[in-house]
Amino acid sequence: MPLLEVSDLRVHYPGTEAPVRAVDGISFSLQQGETYALVGESGCGKTATGLALLRLVEPGRIVAGRVVFEGQDLLSLPEDKMRRLRGARIGMVFQEAAAALNPVMRIGVQVGEALRIHRGMSRKEAHAEAVALLQLVALSDPERQARAYPHELSGGMKQRVMLAIALSCSPVLLIADEPTTALDVTIQAQILSLLRELRDKLSLTILLITHDLGVVAENADRVGVMYAGRMVEEAPVGQLFERPEHPYTRGLLRAMPGSGSVEDGRLPTLPGVVPDPSDPPAGCRFHPRCSERFEPCDRDEPEMLERPGDGRVACFLFHGEPVA
Amino acid sequence: MSADPLVRARGLRKSFRSRGGLFRKQGPAFHAVDGVDLDLHTSEIVGLVGESGSGKSTLGRILIRLIEPEAGSLHFNGTDLLALEGAELRRLRREFQIVFQDPYGSLNPRMKIGDAIGEPLTIHKLVDGRPQRTERVAELLTQVGLDPAMATRYPHEFSGGQRQRIGIARAIACGPKFIVADEPVSALDAPVQAQIVNLLVDLQEHLDLSYLFIAHDLQLVRQICHRVAVMYFGRVVEQAPAAELYSAPRHPYTRALLAATPTVRPGRPAAPALSGEPPSQTAPPGGCAFHPRCPDAVAECAHREPALLQIDEGHKVACHLVAGQTPKDTA
Repeated sequence: MPLLEVSDLRVHYPGTEAPVRAVDGISFSLQQGETYALVGESGCGKTATGLALLRLVEPGRIVAGRVVFEGQDLLSLPEDKMRRLRGARIGMVFQEAAAALNPVMRIGVQVGEALRIHRGMSRKEAHAEAVALLQLVALSDPERQARAYPHELSGGMKQRVMLAIALSCSPVLLIADEPTTALDVTIQAQILSLLRELRDKLSLTILLITHDLGVVAENADRVGVMYAGRMVEEAPVGQLFERPEHPYTRGLLRAMPGSGSVEDGRLPTLPGVVPDPSDPPAGCRFHPRCSERFEPCDRDEPEMLERPGDGRVACFLFHGEPVA
Repeated sequence: MSADPLVRARGLRKSFRSRGGLFRKQGPAFHAVDGVDLDLHTSEIVGLVGESGSGKSTLGRILIRLIEPEAGSLHFNGTDLLALEGAELRRLRREFQIVFQDPYGSLNPRMKIGDAIGEPLTIHKLVDGRPQRTERVAELLTQVGLDPAMATRYPHEFSGGQRQRIGIARAIACGPKFIVADEPVSALDAPVQAQIVNLLVDLQEHLDLSYLFIAHDLQLVRQICHRVAVMYFGRVVEQAPAAELYSAPRHPYTRALLAATPTVRPGRPAAPALSGEPPSQTAPPGGCAFHPRCPDAVAECAHREPALLQIDEGHKVACHLVAGQTPKDTA
């Protein structure tokens, strides 16, 4: 049984004319111990998906779907039970570590806060545990850093603290939303390496949300590619990079700097822009930008088909069995 | 390449201090740019890479005199830029422009984009009256791939990529020779990045522009730049033709940066090449600023700062471990 199973999840945000359909019917599941990456451009709904798993979509609304985590449907759980789960069984880290930390509270207190709330630890116990957690995330001199304030730490150190907080109650699932996007590459490499280490040490399951295919290539086991609120392709990482079936996946891969396909000093591009999520195009949402579109693409919505190996793709160019 | 560079900088230095406050003394100075030489030729795209705090943005701003250096010399097209004042400087300003990372922050939200682009034309008296200005703005919008009818819209009506096109239109409005592009695509998604980078390359060719392309993405820089300079802690540590920098990086920091850049090849990377963080700006390490993080550091590195020396045609490195760097005094 998968650790987490998401089916037909739909999240709407209020829009000026029509609701913004940020997540518009996506399904995927996470197996125990794997790192699953949700990848796509800004506005594709990947962050909203992560937040919906925790039911933190205000001012939006989860309008449909099921999110089954460890056998229970999170979307029908009473709020107090959900609160007990957040931060305890499911940890999370966000892109903006600086914004997520309280600037006037010592690091150690912030790391220990969840332990006092979820585990009922005393101040002293929580402090000792916080120091141990800071050590776990390889922060140098954890005793001293526990007494520091966020402004005394660099961006990379703050992200380590965020990880310590996320892991404080020994979650089984970690949602990491663009955890290294604001960091320099050498620091990014350190944090991603730490994340891989912790995953093995604590047998974590990780939902990695990112726009960076390089980060995906080096860290994920499986990948779901999102476009305009839908999932267009999903596959084990090796297969996706070797044989992308969806034209959007191919476009994303080609547009990645360093993919090696430069012609005459020009980078390969995907023409056009992502559609307005309150008024997505009919048929396949990618068809206005797709160079391979044909007759059904602007009329019918493609269904998810089985890719060879272990994957799925939603494209009329592809011939395969519908996903059961 | 012509002998006289378009931009010639020697020994540029700039330090900042944290401001004192009611309860705090003025902080110690830190050197954002600490003795940088740089040449940039006509029609050349020079990449400037480094991590946050390396001084790359400060250097870019000094080159177009948005920041005054404390020491060093700066020549633009043979003119001593630091000697110019007032009207003379303003007249020359139309020849060098900047494109910022965040085009939203650099556009007035209450100004129609046609006016934002047209304003410098009026200021520099490059157009004669409204109709001519409107015409020129329409031309500029077309040039950057936007619909001229968009001139009457406000910045919030545009996507990130479109706003960057507006920023570029404004930068090229007065017919500059040199543009500092300061992380122009860092805030954009990869497919949009590629569109904007291609636009910059097109404009460079059509208008015979020169760019200082500031970026932290080494892969991107590799694809469009002729030469690349790598900065660390206020100094240029390596400088080489782009192809050479990537095929034969010599400075340990350049090598680490390249190793840390994620690639499209699936698979687990080796352990991170660099441990530690960039040095504290208020308590800089002695010797080579990189030595506390350098996997190859020797005793010498902690004591003496390496000079940026030529090791090959157009290839300069500041490292004691690279051949040609003979220590003057042994530690």
